[in-house]
Amino acid sequence: MKNIRIGAGAGYSGDRIEPAIELAEKGDIDYLIFECLAERTIALAQQAKMKDPSLGYDPLLADRMHAVLRICSEKGIKIITNMGAANPQGAAAKIKEIAVSLGLVNLKIAAISGDDVLSVLQQGNYIDDSGQPVMALGDKLLSANAYLGAQPLVDALAQGADVIVTGRVADPALVLAPLIHAFGWAMDDWHRLGQGTLVGHLLECAGQITGGYFADPGYKDVADLARLGFPIGEVSEDGSVVITKVAGSGGQVTAATCKEQLLYEIHDPAAYLTPDVVADFSAVTVSEVGIDRVAIQGATGHPKTGMLKVSVGYIDSYVGEGQMSYAGPGALARATLACDIVAERLKIADVKVGEIRYDLIGVNAIHGASLSPTDTEPYEVRIRVTGRTDSLKEAIRIGNEVETLYTCGPAGGGGATKAAKDVVAVRSTLLPEALVTASIHYEEI
Amino acid sequence: MQLRKMAHSRAGDKGDISNLSLIAYDSKDYPLLEKYVTVELVKAHFADIVFGDVVRYTLPELGAMNFVLQKALGGGVTRSLALDAHGKCLSSALLNLHIPDA
Repeated sequence: MKNIRIGAGAGYSGDRIEPAIELAEKGDIDYLIFECLAERTIALAQQAKMKDPSLGYDPLLADRMHAVLRICSEKGIKIITNMGAANPQGAAAKIKEIAVSLGLVNLKIAAISGDDVLSVLQQGNYIDDSGQPVMALGDKLLSANAYLGAQPLVDALAQGADVIVTGRVADPALVLAPLIHAFGWAMDDWHRLGQGTLVGHLLECAGQITGGYFADPGYKDVADLARLGFPIGEVSEDGSVVITKVAGSGGQVTAATCKEQLLYEIHDPAAYLTPDVVADFSAVTVSEVGIDRVAIQGATGHPKTGMLKVSVGYIDSYVGEGQMSYAGPGALARATLACDIVAERLKIADVKVGEIRYDLIGVNAIHGASLSPTDTEPYEVRIRVTGRTDSLKEAIRIGNEVETLYTCGPAGGGGATKAAKDVVAVRSTLLPEALVTASIHYEEI
Repeated sequence: MQLRKMAHSRAGDKGDISNLSLIAYDSKDYPLLEKYVTVELVKAHFADIVFGDVVRYTLPELGAMNFVLQKALGGGVTRSLALDAHGKCLSSALLNLHIPDA
């Protein structure tokens, strides 16, 4: 049986578009995957859908489809993506509209729904990872989406889908599904599902395995990051994979780039939990088998837990922020004075702030005081005051108190900016998979 | 020796948990990493940032370790007030640790 070649065309919602075109044109791939749905994205998408029911899918969906739909249709490359976000059916309708405008024919688009489990949660007493009942969030609750597994995608492929657009599914399932479909793996072949999940995990962040997010000049040099090529997984029937990229594209595929991505966000390497399998990467081996070719094998798996993770999106609080820069001699002393003034102003003006941070950007904003050296005087410092409030009105006042440093604060402050927003945050809970039913809707031309 | 000279690292996040890999450039250096980059050392290094447990997973086949840091992201990526809410820059702080040469 021939190997399956899967290309990863995006590692997050805002990712570059050209690498996916390059994969479609020159990658000799069978499938093109776009993973575009971060933890909180679906809650934000749900808000967008509430304002306009035709929206709620990825804002770059149309751009990405305009870029690759024709070439994929001509070459028979199937597209699988979670760009449906809160509205997979709306996304499928949009893809059909674009396909028609491009004059394409014989295209079957599958929209996979069922991940929205808000009504299921409302019928039970589920506790989230903060230890609180989910329903205690009341009218602050925005969305609840279960991570679906590969099965509905496998079903859609069996029905001849050329494009699959989903809402929340486990990221590796976008890759696991075509492997199950192509090789006929059983849904309880835990060993192969573990291998396929590893392939999905390696590919899901796209350029993060081909030298993106890796360079550290003098230690880890990577050529041509402005033309970074995205990865191709060349997968065998036993689930072993060679990671590679289009010849001549930027970046590199080495044992080191693959190891960084292998361990990325997996927590316990022996128990990587997905809806389809408990994958075990603890005995994986990585070996360079050619230029920009790395063979990875040795994953296995154990029976799935039967529980699905659910991301619960809610309005957590409001955050206000103000920033101002100081430079030249005495910059640090003036920035410190500026922070002290803002702190006192917030008290005098009785701004009700909970948690608050006074950061000195360029000094200690990222790693805090204890990890940041204090023996050199910075030439420039930017203060950042950010605090949490119970209302947007209070949040706005934080940035205002920074901005008034222009006329009322230390000398030579410049470049004030301010912002205030509501914070959509995410908690998680678990739901028995039997309570979640996926459905598939097709659009055809 | 500064860890940066013998190993590389990438940070990832889930909720309020940070995941830091530590990968030897040369597998020959891995035993040194396993010997010296202990849970206690990492916990102490991040004392002002990480408020929960630190767990270390070893992957000798890869010459790598994986550190899972609980309560490390200001209450969670999606609500943190930190400038680097994802804790992406924590990998560089890990590489700034120093360990004995032998």
